[in-house]
Amino acid sequence: MSHNPYALPAILAVTAVTVVIGAYGLRLVRTTSDLLVASRSVSPRWNAAAIGGEYLSAASFLGVAGLILRNGVDMLWYPVGFAAGYLALLLFVAAPLRRSGAFTLPDFCELRLGSTPLRKLSAAFVIFIGWLYLVPQFQGAGLTLQTVTGGPYLVGSLLVAAVVTGNVALGGMRAITFVQAFQYWLKLTALAVPVLFLVLHWQAQGRPAVTPPSGNTFAAATTVHFDSSAVLTVTTPTTVTVASEPVRLGTGDHTFPAGTDVTFPAGAMVPSVAEAATGDGWLLPGTGSGGLFAAYSLIFATFLGTMGLPHVLVRFYTNPDGAAARRTTLVVLGLVGMFYLFPTLYGVLGRVYAPSLLLTGETDAVVLVLPGLALGGGIAGELLGALVAAGAFAAFLSSSSGLLTSVAGVLSSDLLGRGSARSHASSVRGFRIAALVAGVVPFVLAMRVATLDVSLVVGLAFAVAASSFCPLLVLGIWWRGLTDFGAAAGILVGGGGAVAAVLLTFLGQTGTGLLATLLHYPGAWTVPLAFAVMVGVSLATRRRVPSTVAVTMLRLHAPDALRPRTP
Amino acid sequence: MTELPPPAPGRTRIVLAEVARGRRASTEFAEQSPVGDALLRGLVRTQLGHALRFAAVVLVGLGGLPLLFALAPSVAGARPLGVSLPWLLLGVAAFPFLYGVGALYVRIVERTEQEFTDLVKRPD
Repeated sequence: MSHNPYALPAILAVTAVTVVIGAYGLRLVRTTSDLLVASRSVSPRWNAAAIGGEYLSAASFLGVAGLILRNGVDMLWYPVGFAAGYLALLLFVAAPLRRSGAFTLPDFCELRLGSTPLRKLSAAFVIFIGWLYLVPQFQGAGLTLQTVTGGPYLVGSLLVAAVVTGNVALGGMRAITFVQAFQYWLKLTALAVPVLFLVLHWQAQGRPAVTPPSGNTFAAATTVHFDSSAVLTVTTPTTVTVASEPVRLGTGDHTFPAGTDVTFPAGAMVPSVAEAATGDGWLLPGTGSGGLFAAYSLIFATFLGTMGLPHVLVRFYTNPDGAAARRTTLVVLGLVGMFYLFPTLYGVLGRVYAPSLLLTGETDAVVLVLPGLALGGGIAGELLGALVAAGAFAAFLSSSSGLLTSVAGVLSSDLLGRGSARSHASSVRGFRIAALVAGVVPFVLAMRVATLDVSLVVGLAFAVAASSFCPLLVLGIWWRGLTDFGAAAGILVGGGGAVAAVLLTFLGQTGTGLLATLLHYPGAWTVPLAFAVMVGVSLATRRRVPSTVAVTMLRLHAPDALRPRTP
Repeated sequence: MTELPPPAPGRTRIVLAEVARGRRASTEFAEQSPVGDALLRGLVRTQLGHALRFAAVVLVGLGGLPLLFALAPSVAGARPLGVSLPWLLLGVAAFPFLYGVGALYVRIVERTEQEFTDLVKRPD
């Protein structure tokens, strides 16, 4: 594939704007609280756009479309769940959490249950979830730079990791609020404008069928490069070109070794590969691997996981009161929902214009290459391709910034720090060192760990959050009977189960059959388990209910107008 | 989804009737007296009820879809407007639905809080 001359300047421009806005914000940073929470002086509209900007990561920008391209309708549960997570947050958490005054999840543990060990445990989970979420962001950056410029994988990841770590370490939250808000609108534009052209182009071509009865065909002559060996199943004999030699592929399976270039003529049938769904399996629900169980696991993990994501919660502190937190969440739900209308279209049109990605397995790249493939090599296709590449970088930069800020905050205050008696200067220095650590670890992991699909990894991060922090928040806010023992047991059993499933999935040790389904899609069993253990152990340790519970409940639930004076 | 029960539970009002004879409700509330605590418990129960009811709406409206598609393949295969129904529901309709549920919820809980505030702050 030829490389887009406008993509690199566009990517560098987004990165430069991020750095410049960050630097502008930096001049406003005066205290530690500025550095961490934007001094609570951010207006709701900016705040909502910033939350949206931070939330829409590589998984949303690239991953969702890629999964839809490959697996079809069942994957729509990802965008639906990513949006519905904000509704769950709105219903059960937003206002009381803001009123609690907790800035991070460990703060909430301390405030509600007064337990330092529980605080440390939840800090460990925040860091695990943060890193699990950061790895695919850095990998997505590598993939993007490689796809659009042909540059080495390492460079894209390094660029994002370095800019984000530097920005967070120097500017903190105040700086990134403006960056994030800007990046939400950039991401929306970068998906919406190209897709408009793509749909018009598809209309002008007489709406080629997305799922033709006889199977998809290559719209134009297409050269497919196999980075790893692949088995293609051919149903209609085709003559292809391999190393300038015509080769006739008969009906049946054909194995191509790694490094092969195969050119299919225009109009040739797209062979099928075992990993990608075809025909009705793509179009109709419930036909993918895991079936109903997988669908409900995804629903559990994504609906309930959002409230437990560390970078989402931090933002709530920037609302002036509980009612504002609620309104902000509603605006975010609208903004995020609007965004998710678009990735689906890329996945669907990818079936028509980018079937070669199915053969190579690089479906995560569909958003990046679709404008070029559909509109041809002209300037329109290249400019639109550059726009999506810029949007993708905005996604990596903004999500990574939010995640890194949270992980660094927890690292510096809970694990590296020595209490609150430190001076202002040393606590700022501590935060900066923590930011460096928080950025380097996932970067190294991104380079060493096998690349799984971006959305799958992020889905696992959601599952861990849903099985640990969701029960903690929901029960902590609404049930007086929660104890520190109950909370810790629930987090260890439910969250620990999800973590084990994640690690086994990463190591490829999930076995087959039912066990593999349970480990690939942990949400449906780990979330109910976490709730059950938390309630059960709390009831068994009833005398450990904190004596301050009535005061805490008043603080969480009293309407803003009646609030006793609390910080 | 439109017929929701009146927000403030009767129990709260009974307690307030006793309060009116003695001290100000806002004082009871802020000082965490047994009366104030009862007021708070009533409010929390009401608000949790709202949250659970709205969650149930989503649980049925969206969470029921995989089951519906599995049990009624003809629904999954329907093509209104030439587009497969599951794609329309999950790819488009789900998002305005979620926003609508959220917007209605915010209106209702804000009204509940306003009524509670008026009740507690009522002058003697």
